Amino acid sequence: MIIKEVGARLLTFMVPFMTTFFAFAEHGTPIEGTKEKFNAGEVIMHHVMDNHEIHIGPLHIPLPVILYSNDRGLDMFSSSNISSGKPYLGYVMEHEKIYFVGANGEVSKDINGHINASKPLDLSITKTVFGMFLTMGIMLFVFISIANTYKKREGKAPKGMQSLFEPLILFVSDEIAKPSIGKKYKKFLPFLLTIFFFIWIGNMLGLIPFLGGFNVTGNIAVALVMAFFTFLLTIANGNKDYWMHILWTPGVPWWLKVPIPLMFVIEFIGFISKPVVLTLRLFANITAGHIIILSFVSLIFIFNNLYGAGGGYGVSLLSLAFSIFMFAIELLVAFLQAYVFTLLSALYFGSAVEEHEHAH
Amino acid sequence: MELLTILLDMANAYMGAGIGAGIAAIGAGIGIGRIGGSALESMARQPESTGDIRANMIVAAALVEGAAFFGIIVCLLIVLTIA
Repeated sequence: MIIKEVGARLLTFMVPFMTTFFAFAEHGTPIEGTKEKFNAGEVIMHHVMDNHEIHIGPLHIPLPVILYSNDRGLDMFSSSNISSGKPYLGYVMEHEKIYFVGANGEVSKDINGHINASKPLDLSITKTVFGMFLTMGIMLFVFISIANTYKKREGKAPKGMQSLFEPLILFVSDEIAKPSIGKKYKKFLPFLLTIFFFIWIGNMLGLIPFLGGFNVTGNIAVALVMAFFTFLLTIANGNKDYWMHILWTPGVPWWLKVPIPLMFVIEFIGFISKPVVLTLRLFANITAGHIIILSFVSLIFIFNNLYGAGGGYGVSLLSLAFSIFMFAIELLVAFLQAYVFTLLSALYFGSAVEEHEHAH
Repeated sequence: MELLTILLDMANAYMGAGIGAGIAAIGAGIGIGRIGGSALESMARQPESTGDIRANMIVAAALVEGAAFFGIIVCLLIVLTIA
């Protein structure tokens, strides 16, 4: 009896699984005139990259486009004017990039069909910029109200949002900043707290389904700027020992430094690679997570293309299970990436302000 | 010349990207597996330091995973920027 039941359950579980053996990703553009097939690669890339409009559920909210160029000055309009691909006011948008329209009324392309037109400076409020404003707004609201509560409830036990964030702030201060930096940790604490919560809230924002699909921290520019700030702060706070370690490493024999400065090259590569690695780790982790979740959801539509509606509904349960599993992992990754970025920044600051007793 | 024509064939770029991504995943698996293994071993030797070991294990795993992601990003760039 039990073997039969287990066997039956196993079979019903395995059958939808086995249909995935026939799946292959669709690649290529749809032919003119036929019904638009679901192109998984294009949809996933569209969701991971920046957009000039936000999709909240079924709503399409166009965002302001702000362009600046030397000859035409500042131009501001709603992105709904330019989103259809037709030229507007001398600009045209292809794949979310805005180009100048050439003399013949169309954007200029070279022989292979690649666009070689020039672009104005695009300062638009895109989806990522709006996501950053949202993150900043959340952070300002939370921390200003917590600061006011601390002032009003001086000496009393914490209450409400204050009691929610106090262990997190103390975690950053006592577990990340103080062990890594040492005595002077208070100077760096505002920066470390800011990037910790910005990265964490930005990551979480990208995980909320149907709310625009923000990809704030998964944008390489955003991660690069934060890593660059860490880089600038280490340079600004480096003491003499820190620079001596890079330029003239103590304790290393002279012939590694004098004719060919091998030690300097090695130390310089390490110096430059730190912000690059910080950027890439954050951006790659978050973007890869989004791509995986989007791929699992796109599986439903790919099966719809292959086997009709039955295939789509059939695989939807499996796809949903995997998507929920990936969402759970991404929640952990959201916190972990914020923790690792902040920890490494604190370690770099610590090595910059470290006081050595020279036992070299 | 045969080898050159084979190497310049566009389809092999896709295959190379796929194999590269797979090898990056293997590297991540081996690295994080070793970290987890030695962490569990040391937790068994001294159960009272479980909390410390757990925190350090997660940090080391995140760093190793970062290295795997470099490989993934390179493979993704190959696939996406093929002319």
